[in-house]
Amino acid sequence: MADAAVHGHDHEDNRGFFTRWFMSTNHKDIGLLYLVVSALAGLISVLFTVYMRMELMHPGVQYMCLEGARFIADAGAECTPNGHLWNVMITYHGVLMMFFVVIPALFGGFGNYFMPLQIGAPDMAFPRMNNLSFWMYVAGVSLGVASILAPGGNGQAGSGVGWVLYPPLSTTEGGYSMDLAIFAVHVSGASSILGAINMITTFLNMRAPGMTLFKVPLFAWSIFVTAWLILLSLPVLAGAITMLLTDRNFGTTFFDPAGGGDPILYQHILWFFGHPEVYIIILPGFGIISHVISTFSRKPIFGYLPMVLAIIAIGLLGFVVWAHHMYTVGMSLTQQSYFMLATMVIAVPTGVKVFSWIATMWGGSIEFKTPMLWAFGFLFLFTVGGVTGLVLSQAPIDRAYHDTYYVVAHFHYVMSLGAVFAIFAGIYFYFGKMTGRAYPEVWGKVHFWMMFIGANLTFFPQHFLGRQGMPRRYIDYPEAFAFWNYWSSMGAFLSFASFILFFGIMAYSLTRGARITQNNYWNEYADTLEWTLPSPPPEHTFEILPKQEDWDKGHAH
Amino acid sequence: MAHEKNHDYHILAPSIYPFLGSIGAFIMLFGAVLWMHDSGPWAFLIGLAAVLYVMFGWWSETVKENKVGDHTPVVEIGLRYGFILFIMSEVMFFSAWFWTFFKHALYPMGEMSPIKDGVWPPAGIETFDPWHLPLINTLILLCSGAALTWSHHALVHENNRQDMKWGLMLAIALGALFTVFQVYEYGHAAFGFSGNIYGATFFMATGFHGFHVLIGTIFMIVCLFRVYAGHFTPAHHVGFEMSAWYWHFVDVVWLFLFAAVYIWGG
Repeated sequence: MADAAVHGHDHEDNRGFFTRWFMSTNHKDIGLLYLVVSALAGLISVLFTVYMRMELMHPGVQYMCLEGARFIADAGAECTPNGHLWNVMITYHGVLMMFFVVIPALFGGFGNYFMPLQIGAPDMAFPRMNNLSFWMYVAGVSLGVASILAPGGNGQAGSGVGWVLYPPLSTTEGGYSMDLAIFAVHVSGASSILGAINMITTFLNMRAPGMTLFKVPLFAWSIFVTAWLILLSLPVLAGAITMLLTDRNFGTTFFDPAGGGDPILYQHILWFFGHPEVYIIILPGFGIISHVISTFSRKPIFGYLPMVLAIIAIGLLGFVVWAHHMYTVGMSLTQQSYFMLATMVIAVPTGVKVFSWIATMWGGSIEFKTPMLWAFGFLFLFTVGGVTGLVLSQAPIDRAYHDTYYVVAHFHYVMSLGAVFAIFAGIYFYFGKMTGRAYPEVWGKVHFWMMFIGANLTFFPQHFLGRQGMPRRYIDYPEAFAFWNYWSSMGAFLSFASFILFFGIMAYSLTRGARITQNNYWNEYADTLEWTLPSPPPEHTFEILPKQEDWDKGHAH
Repeated sequence: MAHEKNHDYHILAPSIYPFLGSIGAFIMLFGAVLWMHDSGPWAFLIGLAAVLYVMFGWWSETVKENKVGDHTPVVEIGLRYGFILFIMSEVMFFSAWFWTFFKHALYPMGEMSPIKDGVWPPAGIETFDPWHLPLINTLILLCSGAALTWSHHALVHENNRQDMKWGLMLAIALGALFTVFQVYEYGHAAFGFSGNIYGATFFMATGFHGFHVLIGTIFMIVCLFRVYAGHFTPAHHVGFEMSAWYWHFVDVVWLFLFAAVYIWGG
């Protein structure tokens, strides 16, 4: 086991700063870059939500005024509601989170860093192209941020069309902000597709000797399936937004009924990408959670093979359920029935996963270290989000809930409380491995509880608001919705405080955190290959490929 | 780099190309937006030049690495996987264009949509006769594919450089002829690009195909230069093989376009 590891040590890392971080061909460095940039993009996106929740805290418009955006309410001054600013906030919160925060963090960050390590590969299959993926992602973020600042609709900056970019809003939005947003999505799509090609090739071609497909650790499997979803769904989105672009700039009428086009077509093509996208976001999280739960329950994961098959099944089903996002557009009953049925079927493999995690903990010796708290939170909250998902999958019930805060609550439970909790679980689980420093356990737990309470306080009341009939995407609301909106905003502020605390913990741990000397600082159930390496791993890992006894522990997985 | 490497995988030295290429892509796309909003093509062209420079430099580097033996059998398998996956993503890209075509052809919009469908092709649209130029173009593209297979065969089974060159040149010439005919056809279309759904689907679907024909032709021209430089051997010719796969992929897309858009949808 040690062989693979020690070799890097006698070799001083003599790369210059620019060479190491700008010209990298090293999967671990690129993974770190992804994590850092996605954290910054996440900060921008979170700031938008804080501003939105400030505005929604009380009925009436206090902050987003046409006279100028404010950060301190001023009852004396006149305030004409600036709906465009509000729309810009919701749009870029969605665009950034969907394309530039969660996928880059889970797939780009953890995927890059740990997938090759888990399968014992010395690097990715195409290390230089890997860096292209990263820098294209940065180019995409830059175009996205430029789009916020560029001249947009209503004579103001930015586009206020919603992250789904539905026509005719998106085809008629003025200025060139929308065009920049379209190209931002194109570039981020190209980056993800290149990344997916890289991940699939690495997975198929570079597994350690003896590591057959069904011996690959679950996180690597989840990245592999995610890569397929990206590879097959993002090009379709590229086609759809190219149609938007030509409709906007070259007079085509793909989505314009005046020229024989059909705006509903856009929704179909978008959601053909958009639903797999949901699983692109959550699947790598599933992988991380499996390792965390197994480690801190001191048991191998329950039902390894069904877990793998469930990931594959979720991936396949993800492609055939897209129209459940659009029950209300006037589809035939037959279509609605099909999409309802297919959607509910997904609950089966998802149930397999949730029950396997519970069975893993059953009878285990559970230790509530910070990563386990996050995994526990993930498990409970993702299940809540999944259950409201089943409610929404019913076409008749969706008639009432469509475009209400119930939907907002649902998808934030699976994403904000699902994917993001998985990211934090992964960060605390692997922080020592990536940096060689320990984070302060107490503060990790404080972070967890703040975020757990904050996020629940934000989103649970939104179920009530949705049931009361409060629609999404509005800057203002009647007095009747005031109570739960107030508490929802309180929760958002608490979550934001926890996010700031997180940056503090990271800064503290990076500079003052205790040095980690062990390869495996958890326990013997963290038994995948990354735990045979020093913390942090040397520049080049597995220069001598790992032997089977390094990773094949004989038990079910 | 790779001082104690003890495996056949390819560990690369740091490279500036990805960073440069992304800056180029940013400038190019920002420039494209400015250009579309009447600010002149300059930023776009500068970005495009940077992107082309990076493509040239990067792939030259790859060829050099191949020559010094970095492309071991396992790396070659990886390159093949990678290229097949790239073609799969291209297939999905085209599926978006076929989606819009089939949607509008099967359920055309009309006054009473969606209760009663309109007609396809839309009223007043005069489509191409598939059995004239489009048929000839189909045959040209198929012959081009056959010529490329001849070239491949000459290399693999006979190691006959002369036939390989002839086959490749013929494939390139036929590919170029296809493009010329396609441009000619575009020039004689009785419908416009903008303002009607037929023109939009027709020109975007066949246009993206045409763009891929251009890329494939350039790819084969590069291979021709490499044949003259003596790069390919019967055992090692991944680059050539990729161009052949790509060309056949372009062929197949055309067959679907011909069958669906020209014959059935015309």
